[in-house]
Amino acid sequence: MKREAPKSLADYSPLFFPGLMLIVFFVVPFSTMIAVSFFQRDPSGFYTPDFVFSNYARFLSLFFGKVLGFSLVLAVMVAICCVVIAFPFTYLLTKRPRKVQTIWLVCLLSVLSLSEVIIGFAWSTLFTRTAGITNLFVAIGLMKEPVALTPSFWAVLTGMVYQALPYTILVLYPALVRLDPTLLEAARTLGASPVRAFMNVVVPALRNTIVATLIMVFVFALGSYLLPQILGRPSHWTLSVLITDQAIYQSNMPFAAAMAVFLVLMSLALVGLTLLVGRKENAL
Amino acid sequence: MSGLVLKDITKSFGNFTAVDTANLSVPHGKFVCLLGPSGCGKTTLLRMIAGLEDPSSGAILLDGTDITPVPTHKRNLGMVFQSLALFPHLTVGDNIAYPLRIRGASREEQKKRSDELLKLIHLPGFADRPVAKLSGGQRQRVAIARALALSPKLFLLDEPLSALDAKLREAMQVELRQLQQRLGITTFVVTHDQREAMTMADLVVVMGNGKILQAAPPIDIYRKPADAFVADFIGMTNLLDAEVDRAGRVSVLGQAIAGLTIPEGLTKASVSIRPEDVHLGSVGGDAISGTVTFVRDLGGTIETFVETGGKTIIAVATPRERPDVKAGQQVGVTLPAQSCVVLKS
Repeated sequence: MKREAPKSLADYSPLFFPGLMLIVFFVVPFSTMIAVSFFQRDPSGFYTPDFVFSNYARFLSLFFGKVLGFSLVLAVMVAICCVVIAFPFTYLLTKRPRKVQTIWLVCLLSVLSLSEVIIGFAWSTLFTRTAGITNLFVAIGLMKEPVALTPSFWAVLTGMVYQALPYTILVLYPALVRLDPTLLEAARTLGASPVRAFMNVVVPALRNTIVATLIMVFVFALGSYLLPQILGRPSHWTLSVLITDQAIYQSNMPFAAAMAVFLVLMSLALVGLTLLVGRKENAL
Repeated sequence: MSGLVLKDITKSFGNFTAVDTANLSVPHGKFVCLLGPSGCGKTTLLRMIAGLEDPSSGAILLDGTDITPVPTHKRNLGMVFQSLALFPHLTVGDNIAYPLRIRGASREEQKKRSDELLKLIHLPGFADRPVAKLSGGQRQRVAIARALALSPKLFLLDEPLSALDAKLREAMQVELRQLQQRLGITTFVVTHDQREAMTMADLVVVMGNGKILQAAPPIDIYRKPADAFVADFIGMTNLLDAEVDRAGRVSVLGQAIAGLTIPEGLTKASVSIRPEDVHLGSVGGDAISGTVTFVRDLGGTIETFVETGGKTIIAVATPRERPDVKAGQQVGVTLPAQSCVVLKS
């Protein structure tokens, strides 16, 4: 079918509503934030309109650089852990009878209904010395005495993976359900063991889905600011924690805005890089 | 013995028996068509030979050894799926070389073998194309080449030609048969198209309701069907009731047919006669009289529908022996005894 280019204003009318929504809920607030990031902080009040780079200049320090680096590494690790766990899980789930699948998906959705605060405190209790899972390990003889697992980096990672996992599974599920099961059977008749067939056929056939899921979880994890505070030490705090701190507790809106803009730019760059690498591999 | 033997193979899914005590023995180098209506268990049987389903009971023997517990990837077979199942992320050449890659063959070996196979399927120089850029018939050939890459002992195809248009399908049937004869590979094809089975097979296995009803060369299946189901499924046929009178004469539609006998002890049976064996002539004599209800002139053949005694008999003739009849005309139908096949009813 040949598509004609839209000519009159009326031809563009289907775009008006989404365009309006995008402007009201994205362009306006984001522009405001960018503008605020150049404003001058007023220690006695809020901020005064200005055009200074001091907010960005303050950000360019080793401390904030480290925090930014940690945030990005943490988000990448969460994304990779989620996909590595969720992909085989979802694949095996799609092989179960429909009824079993429905029950699992409903359970996963109910995990989504938990608030971040509840997840954080539940995990911090589970990781304590007095009431935590290590007591269970002691009981079954895996450990000598109970230890506290929180606050630590691994506690933060576990909590964030737990929070993002249901999203990951729900995003992967439709693509895996649609995957032609005969592709795998074909690989097996050609001499590939089930695990090998999975790695050779299912994973590459769904590469785009996997990349998209990685990016989604990465962006999701980048915005997390409660779990690092509940489960981690201050050294495990992400940039999002510092942004919240500056914006709410220090009332330094311009600096918070500058950090937020920087975070967005960094994550966009990383996403762009991922897509670029993906395209290059595709061309081979 | 050498070849493939199925011994009392049964497969149940819950209460449903997909394949019911199937027994079959196929020597090497034969082309076997598993033929039957949809849901008759033919695909399940093929999948069990491939190891993609485990039989509920029974054994599959290849050259005398029981391969029932051997997993699919160790069975050394090639299979073409109905959906073809070409890997979308690989090129044509990489698809064909995939089984070699699995076995750790070098890049050069892979290239050499895939070029060899591409020549065999008349697609030389296609190695670097993406699979998505191929036509239906080309994909078909690539799937066949991939299945043959390791020169397997068994070549299995599950309704391989069903996605192609009628003309291409006929051409591919001939090509597939010639390829199989050149390679001398034991081949199993699942199909519901009896014409396809007649074209390609050394041995046609007719299945119905999970049971193997008859396994014989195509012409025997056509000329000597084992029962009414087989007779009806393979080609067109006239199934008529036969009765025996006190004198022992067998009559069909009230007309005694000289020379026709039915097994002793039976008073009733079914008779199958192929439309091309039915003779149309003038009314009178030994002929059964009837009325022509419809004439289907297909150019190459002419089908005449004759109604007699509440039954419709179909007669097929070539234009050369053109039966000059029109709808509404009275005709005499003769059923030669030697062409009638008596079936248990």
